[in-house]
Amino acid sequence: MNDFSNMTKPTAKGNWIFFMAFVRKEFHHIFRDKMSMLILLVMPILMLILFGYALNTEVKNSKVAVYDPSQDEATRAIVEKLQVNDYFVLHRMLKSPDEVDRVFKSGEVAMVVVFSEHFYESLVHGGKAQIQLIADGTDPNTANTITTYASTIINNYQQELLKTGAIPYQITPEVKLLYNPSMVAAYNFVPGVMGMIILLICAMMTSVSIAREKENGTMEILLVSPMKPLYVILSKAVPYFFLSVVNLITILLISVFVMGVPVAGSLFWLIVLSLLYIFVSLALGLLISSVVNSQMAAMLISAMGLMMPVMLLSGMLFPTENMPVALQALSDIIPARWYIIAVKKIMIKGLSVGSILTELAILGSMAIVLVTVSLRNFKIRLE
Amino acid sequence: MNAVSANLIGKKYGKLQALSGISLEVGEGDIFGLIGPDGAGKTTLFRILATLILPDEGTASVCGFDVIKDYAKIRKVVGYMPGRFSLYQDLTVLENLTFFASVFHTTVEENYDSVKDIYQQIEPFKNRRAGALSGGMKQKLALCCALIHEPSVLFLDEPTTGVDPVSRKEFWTMLQRLKQRGISILVSTPYMDEASLCDRIALIQNGKFLKTDTPQNIIKGFDSELWSVRSDHMSKLLSDLRLNEGVSSSFAFGDAHHVTLKNGKCNSHDLSVYLDGLKHTNVCIQKIEPNVEDCFMQLSGKNIL
Repeated sequence: MNDFSNMTKPTAKGNWIFFMAFVRKEFHHIFRDKMSMLILLVMPILMLILFGYALNTEVKNSKVAVYDPSQDEATRAIVEKLQVNDYFVLHRMLKSPDEVDRVFKSGEVAMVVVFSEHFYESLVHGGKAQIQLIADGTDPNTANTITTYASTIINNYQQELLKTGAIPYQITPEVKLLYNPSMVAAYNFVPGVMGMIILLICAMMTSVSIAREKENGTMEILLVSPMKPLYVILSKAVPYFFLSVVNLITILLISVFVMGVPVAGSLFWLIVLSLLYIFVSLALGLLISSVVNSQMAAMLISAMGLMMPVMLLSGMLFPTENMPVALQALSDIIPARWYIIAVKKIMIKGLSVGSILTELAILGSMAIVLVTVSLRNFKIRLE
Repeated sequence: MNAVSANLIGKKYGKLQALSGISLEVGEGDIFGLIGPDGAGKTTLFRILATLILPDEGTASVCGFDVIKDYAKIRKVVGYMPGRFSLYQDLTVLENLTFFASVFHTTVEENYDSVKDIYQQIEPFKNRRAGALSGGMKQKLALCCALIHEPSVLFLDEPTTGVDPVSRKEFWTMLQRLKQRGISILVSTPYMDEASLCDRIALIQNGKFLKTDTPQNIIKGFDSELWSVRSDHMSKLLSDLRLNEGVSSSFAFGDAHHVTLKNGKCNSHDLSVYLDGLKHTNVCIQKIEPNVEDCFMQLSGKNIL
């Protein structure tokens, strides 16, 4: 029996046994190394929370002071509306305009609302009343965000007045934010974090763990064995493929149930898209591992060569449209960029698969190119 | 057919000539020792024979397979133990062995007999992680892993470096037993005392073989009388010996200096008088038999320790 299997199908059976043994061994490495475990399982959650909450551009519970010389129906209604909103907390009413400067200097409040005198009267009779929103410009993002919120609330009030017919004629500028009407930051960050985590786990962990085999000398033994060298590398990618899938599921669960980001489009196509992206990332990791010999080098190349461009050029943090042409061209070759665009389309906008054909095609060709190059680059010897 | 044969192997790393003109033959069932200091080129030679790197010049074959063309066939029949401990430190003894068995398309049960002698010594620790083993235990485990697929040729790159003397002795006993089973072994070591345990040895330095022969013949080739010289001031003694024109060579060995004298110009009595004149106390001059290290130094003209 043994001889038979050795003689007729020496590689198929042996390769399969080896493959499974290798996968098991790789999981042993991961589960016994607290650092790897931490990176693999906790990091996705941590990053989601970091990007979703800590680096949030949403501003909640901002303290607001109000100077209201009119004290009429309209001003009270507006203040009321600001107060019931999640974003604002009424800190106190100011007695004179001079106090505005003081509350900002003491850092008591994030915004001051100043009404003009005879506010309601001017609104009803003149059709026009003035309101001033003052925010601390040293933090332009926050200032911009809270003044936008406040303007929206004031506009809403104006529209209500319109409906009741109290004001005969009023033009309100309509500002509407598509897909993310309340500007929930998580809508923007979840696809970005998905793009980053998957790339990190696949490319970095794969290349680092192959580099570790080279560094520890175990690669020498593995090469001097009947195993086809290619199998060594492929079986290295498999555990990280599974881990990435686990992470993908974790990210999706957290974003849906904790961060409240729904999967608006087809879950099936979101997963197909993600699997393709995982494949591209693994190929990238194999490519890196074929050029480096130390874990440190693998880590640096992954971090500097992949993480930085993904964070800066993928459109995750900064819109690519505003970049110089050269950087835009560079961002075009970053797989994460296309993945993030496609995830936004399917997950947030709820578009059909037809809308992401371009991205699928680009990621697909990237996968083919990367696999071809890394296979061609693969060494059957040490040098 | 020789288990291993190399013909005028040369290898360069950039400008450094790591190996040049290396030729060797390892007969079937022989233990062939590569004896030489660190950096002599032993590991490079192992890697060429184990098909891990390509030679720049020359040809080599293992079990009749060419190291360049038939690398895949060689990889099936050799067991290779690299210089550093190259197993998975975070896996247990048994997990390592099981893993390497499957790498070589076999199982521990199937080939238990081939590793039994050695494995039994580490079996009490089979659930201990390899990283927590002592140096000697690690080497036994590494040897088990290299033997699990019943290779016909074993390449052992400095298997006893960093191992305590008792384990070193045990290790060589194991190699003798493997030899009896017909396994051909190419082993390297920086320890000269291990040389006499090989069937044939090659003295290697700076990428060149100084001499290849049986240990006995190499010692026979030592053509002068050898004296061991001691006194109370060993370092002063060495420089004084080297200043004497009648001394042909003088090397520091452990607790004595090994000295050869120029024939006709100087004898042991002359030397004793010379050293007494330099106020050395407790001078002791004895005639001794040369060992492999003496031969190495005579051939290389240089003290390696």
